[in-house]
Amino acid sequence: MSEAPAPQPASRAAAKKELPEHFRGYKHVWVFIEQERGEVHPVSWELLGAGRKLADKLGVQLCGAVFGAPGEATRAAVAEAFRHGADVAYLVEDPILADYRNESYSKALTQLVNAHKPEILLLGATTLGRDLAGSVATTLLTGLTADCTELAVDADGSLAATRPTFGGSLLCTIYTLNYRPQMATVRPRQMPMPPRDAARVGQVIPFKADLNEDEIITKILKFIPDRDSTKSNLAFADVVVAGGLGLQSAENFQLVRNLASVLGAEFGGSRPLVQKGWIGSDRQIGQTGKTIRPKLYIAAGISGAIQHRVGVEGADMILAINTDKNAPIFDFAHLGVVTDAIRLLPALTEAFRKRLSPHNRDRLAG
Amino acid sequence: MKILVCIKQVPDSAQIRVHPVTNTIMRQGVPTIINPYDLFSLEEALKIRDKFGGEVTVLTMGPPMASEALRKALAIGADRAILLTDRSFAGSDTLATTYALSQAIRKIEKVYGDQDIVFAGKQTIDGDTAQVGPGVAKRLNILQLTYVSKIESCDPEKREIILERRAEGGVQVLKTKLPCLITMLEGSNEVRRGTIDDSLRAARAQIVTWSAKDAEIADLTKCGLKGSPTIVKKVFAPTPRTDRAKLIEPGKTAGDTAEAMIGAIFARSASLEEDMTKLASGF
Ligand SMILES: Cc1cc2nc3c(=O)[nH]c(=O)nc-3n(C[C@H](O)[C@H](O)[C@H](O)COP(=O)(O)OP(=O)(O)OC[C@H]3O[C@@H](n4cnc5c(N)ncnc54)[C@H](O)[C@@H]3O)c2cc1C
Ligand SMILES: Nc1ncnc2c1ncn2[C@@H]1O[C@H](COP(=O)(O)O)[C@@H](O)[C@H]1O
Repeated sequence: MSEAPAPQPASRAAAKKELPEHFRGYKHVWVFIEQERGEVHPVSWELLGAGRKLADKLGVQLCGAVFGAPGEATRAAVAEAFRHGADVAYLVEDPILADYRNESYSKALTQLVNAHKPEILLLGATTLGRDLAGSVATTLLTGLTADCTELAVDADGSLAATRPTFGGSLLCTIYTLNYRPQMATVRPRQMPMPPRDAARVGQVIPFKADLNEDEIITKILKFIPDRDSTKSNLAFADVVVAGGLGLQSAENFQLVRNLASVLGAEFGGSRPLVQKGWIGSDRQIGQTGKTIRPKLYIAAGISGAIQHRVGVEGADMILAINTDKNAPIFDFAHLGVVTDAIRLLPALTEAFRKRLSPHNRDRLAG
Repeated sequence: MKILVCIKQVPDSAQIRVHPVTNTIMRQGVPTIINPYDLFSLEEALKIRDKFGGEVTVLTMGPPMASEALRKALAIGADRAILLTDRSFAGSDTLATTYALSQAIRKIEKVYGDQDIVFAGKQTIDGDTAQVGPGVAKRLNILQLTYVSKIESCDPEKREIILERRAEGGVQVLKTKLPCLITMLEGSNEVRRGTIDDSLRAARAQIVTWSAKDAEIADLTKCGLKGSPTIVKKVFAPTPRTDRAKLIEPGKTAGDTAEAMIGAIFARSASLEEDMTKLASGF
């Protein structure tokens, strides 16, 4: 994909080779469980949800690879992996793995893969997952498909990984036919969160990675956690209100914040707003920003370009406000209003304030 | 310090159109640019050179026309440009790309001396995988530092570098050794324009062009389609949703419209009203 300017489907002949003998023993679907500083990134559970479907289709086990320092948090991650659908957890506990470093993690994961041979290995397309997946795939000399939007198992049992290309204008389905494991990354919030079954348990398989702190050159001097106030919970919010260039000025963007504040929602925007400096880059929604899956997404003055669309299609309900009835956003929104968002937003904020007041909450509860 | 920067020429994808019938990219007339993310890495490389002396080499693998991107990089301030171009690279996926690039870097080290830092972009806007940087690092067997937001200090004598790396939920401050491969985060620096001298020099500069043979890439089975474990089986346009948005008629006043909208929202999902009432009151 990197050198080929436009991806072209390979010829049939190229796509039909036999899997070499030494790869035939590769079995089961694995998800790398991304645990850092005591917290598992939710993308790992989303991947278990997606992996469950692949494993069921293949009739194999779903396994989580859990890395971390020995202790409470790592064990808790194992238990949660079972509750989110894993049958087996490979547990790699080592003080060296307390914090993510490429050297230690890529060594440990490569060793684990070589020892237990998965046919499919999924990782989150996070800063950690992308850093790790690239080096592990290169070490194993296997294929890696980045930022997949869809994963499926083909009739012949191979992984069909679909990803957007050229900024989402096209999709392509990519196979790794003659190498194992078949590796893919998926962005957070791309796949739905699977149901959690608190009673579910599984089998733990401990694995001792051959690691030695003296051989790891990169040292962590400090970790500076993001301040809560600057952290946006956009990707995981239930309700998101966003604005686009149709709002016409940074001042008008305040209307979006006001509505979000009344709703207890997160706010965001299209990319041009970030480029203009109206909002911070962590508030950008879309292909090169955040992918969101809220219950309700309100888009005001956003045209709905494909790069924006791919970031919001997982929303349960999309409500678009746009003056142009032919705006592409109406092609994928569920509800729409053709009107001036600058005039509508204050009224909508007020109407929601009334409708969602505590008085009404009592009524609903009673 | 000897610094190498991997850059890629990409179509300016804001202007890309897909042919509605054939689903192929219509590249005619689409301008090409240096992958925007690569510029932050180039800038950081130039900053280090300006501080410690040395030279910055830019490398790209691509068709002959990719030399334009290299010339632009020279105009921004790079000292030397190398174009790796060969038919046998056609159809490379990321793994094959990292093979060719890493072999070329080894050859560069033979000819121009060992490189202290290799930079790559965080990701491209066409391939968009963020894999080539890590892959090149692995193939060269050097340390890898991606998503770097700041280089705090660099000590060429001790061969040590301290930098900040964007991680999930915070920033890691890391100390590591040269040589290493770094990818810079967008916005981590202000990309310079280049001086008039630089652009004059760039216009006259000789771009070193290497074939696979020139770069001493012996194993052609690791290049191009042959060397690519991934196979693109299908390319298609996203399916448009058949049902368009249900349009709500605007009312007489904005207030009426707002009421109608809220009605329509909760009519579609009754449970949402309860969820949103809780959310609104801060639960
Ligand atoms: C590589 C690449 C990556 C990209 N990534 C992203 C991304 O992650 N996220 C993203 O959002 N974009 C992304 N883009 C940009 C994207 O292509 C669009 O340019 C962008 O989404 C358009 O933003 P917009 O809808 O706010 O502005 P416009 O397209 O200008 O649309 C403004 C809309 O507002 C409407 N409008 C005008 N006045 C009013 C009014 N008073 N009330 C209501 N409506 C009004 C107009 O009818 C129009 O539909 C990317 C582009 C590229 C090339
Ligand atoms: N053909 C290429 N030539 C030189 N560098 C490249 C090439 N492809 C990718 N790169 C580098 O690798 C980075 C990541 O690319 P990608 O994996 O395609 O997202 C880019 O920003 C470039 O620095």
